[in-house]
Amino acid sequence: MSILVDRDTRVICQGITGSQGTLHSRHALEYGTQLVGGVTPGKGGSVHLGVPVFDTVRQAVEVTQATASVLYVPARFCLDSILEACDAEIELIVAITEGVPTLDMLRAKLVVAASGARLVGPNCPGVITPGQCKIGIMPGEIHRPGRVGIVSRSGTLTYEAVKQTTDRGFGQSTCVGIGGDPIPGTNFIDVIRLFEDDPATDAIVMVGEIGGTAEEETADYIKENVSKPVIAYIAGTTAPKGKRMGHAGAIIAGGKGTAAEKYQALDAAGAVTVKNLASIGEALGECLSATQ
Amino acid sequence: MNLHEFQAKELFREYGLPVSKGLVASSSEEAVAAAAQLDGDRWACKVQVHAGGRGKAGGVKLVDGVNGVKDFADSWLGKRLVTHQTDAEGQPVNHIYIEELSEIAREFYFGIVVDRSSQRVVVMASTEGGVEIEQVAEQTPEKILRATIDPSIGAQPYQGRSLAFGMGLVGEQVQQFTNVFLNLCRLFHELDCSLVEVNPLVLTSEGNIHCLDAKMNVDGNALFRQPRLASMRDAQQEDERESQATEFGLSYVALDGNIGCMVNGAGLAMGTMDLVKFFGGNPANFLDVGGGVNAESVAEAFKIILDDTDVKAVLINIFGGIVSCVVIAEGIVEAYKEVGVDVPVVVRFDGNSADEGRQVLQRSGLAIIAADTLQEATRSAVDAAGEAA
Repeated sequence: MSILVDRDTRVICQGITGSQGTLHSRHALEYGTQLVGGVTPGKGGSVHLGVPVFDTVRQAVEVTQATASVLYVPARFCLDSILEACDAEIELIVAITEGVPTLDMLRAKLVVAASGARLVGPNCPGVITPGQCKIGIMPGEIHRPGRVGIVSRSGTLTYEAVKQTTDRGFGQSTCVGIGGDPIPGTNFIDVIRLFEDDPATDAIVMVGEIGGTAEEETADYIKENVSKPVIAYIAGTTAPKGKRMGHAGAIIAGGKGTAAEKYQALDAAGAVTVKNLASIGEALGECLSATQ
Repeated sequence: MNLHEFQAKELFREYGLPVSKGLVASSSEEAVAAAAQLDGDRWACKVQVHAGGRGKAGGVKLVDGVNGVKDFADSWLGKRLVTHQTDAEGQPVNHIYIEELSEIAREFYFGIVVDRSSQRVVVMASTEGGVEIEQVAEQTPEKILRATIDPSIGAQPYQGRSLAFGMGLVGEQVQQFTNVFLNLCRLFHELDCSLVEVNPLVLTSEGNIHCLDAKMNVDGNALFRQPRLASMRDAQQEDERESQATEFGLSYVALDGNIGCMVNGAGLAMGTMDLVKFFGGNPANFLDVGGGVNAESVAEAFKIILDDTDVKAVLINIFGGIVSCVVIAEGIVEAYKEVGVDVPVVVRFDGNSADEGRQVLQRSGLAIIAADTLQEATRSAVDAAGEAA
């Protein structure tokens, strides 16, 4: 078991013939992901990386029975691609694309919700269930199959957390990058709910950052609904106010969204908070040995 | 991306919003000529900078006659304005805006934002105009009225009326306010804004609703479809090193410490700064080299970091995902040749091609401190900066 994706997940790639789509689709195939096709309008009928390319998502789904799609399209086409995936009844849409206009995301989310699909991203590394299915740009080799669920707003910070859990002998059930944008398709609560219900996940590592109040809202949720241990790290303790720290969503606006407030909320919710980025693995180890 | 008040008001005017007649000037001659074209003999002069708190800092003044305008222009153009929202150096004043006056009966606050919690565009209005909305939100949150905009149908007239009645407006003012509400929401959506603020929105003594101030922030990710707004960018209001970094696909924010940081990924870049602090050091900057990094941009990143003379050590933390550590290593070697690096540099590579990257550094013979773990790297950088300081 795992969440969102496993070895049976059939995936297509929107934008498969582009440079990013090609690079990461090749890695996904090497990893063993069931990448069964791709979509590039105008290139339907061709074969790329050994899989068929279609003109539309609808055609790709009809032929391949894919239920998941990963998007490497340029930001200006991302909304259109998400809507096309919804229309073709894709169940899981993973948007890797960075730089999507915020108002496009508000529109996308309405349609995604109405269609019953789940959108992960944009501006995220993707989703991986180690040893089974890799959808996205994360380096596959640092992951190991295991029982820790990881959810994060940042790409490379997720890799850091993954590496530390792997080095300590814990693997991961599933890792979900929800992305660094202000309006993410899937949020911490959505993913933590899935981990709580997943019998193959024993503990949850949550990697947040400054900006917005998603971590505070998640803390409230954890307090009421989560029985599994949650280890939380928040990036941006030293970030100045009013400055966007790389990610579109990482900004302390109007004095709100500081790391201190987030840590406080998570502490109050009973999460194990980690201030030293290099000791996430250690905190996880202590936490799991204490509960056994 | 921020716009100036004069730019926002030009756009407001095109959307049928009630704004005062005003003209922008970048020299005292222009200012005098502008005043001559405006009605009356008393005007509001406002410095045009990307920061709030202009009034309290002396950047907004009511002046009498053409001489008053000239004095204001002479005293501000070419200077810098420091407000509670700027750093100690302040923002350069290259433009002033000269505007006809309005008689004010009441002041309100009006703002449109993308609310991250509800994931909707939200309009806020309050009878507490002229003060900062954060302060109102903290002290008297009940005085902020809200309307949530449905992305599929946009703002509706009844929402404008509800806000108007809630703020105690009556008669003709209700319809006027509703028009302002609808037009500002249309502007917000059509121009891909991330923030629109009118503080204060006023009721004039003649009983008309009027936009006295105008603040607009545009979503930088949407500039590809807003070419006109893109052309309104005023790079002089932005930090020079930050703008320079953007041109090379780097994301940089200056801080006041002495350990320069070069990291891939925004989250890890923040995490690295925090770890420096955790081990008793002080980060000099945030720097994310981005996913499209090459040897040239690494060299540029070095230049930007070392341009800050406070920097006593550099910590390079790369967890290669898309980014190959070899590319970073080659960039570091090139930067040593080009830039001349005279402070200790600590490098931690992990992930994609980490071993190969370390070999490149080793073969170069450069005095780079290689660290195996993140913790060790950070401690070495903190120690190195401490010894140099």
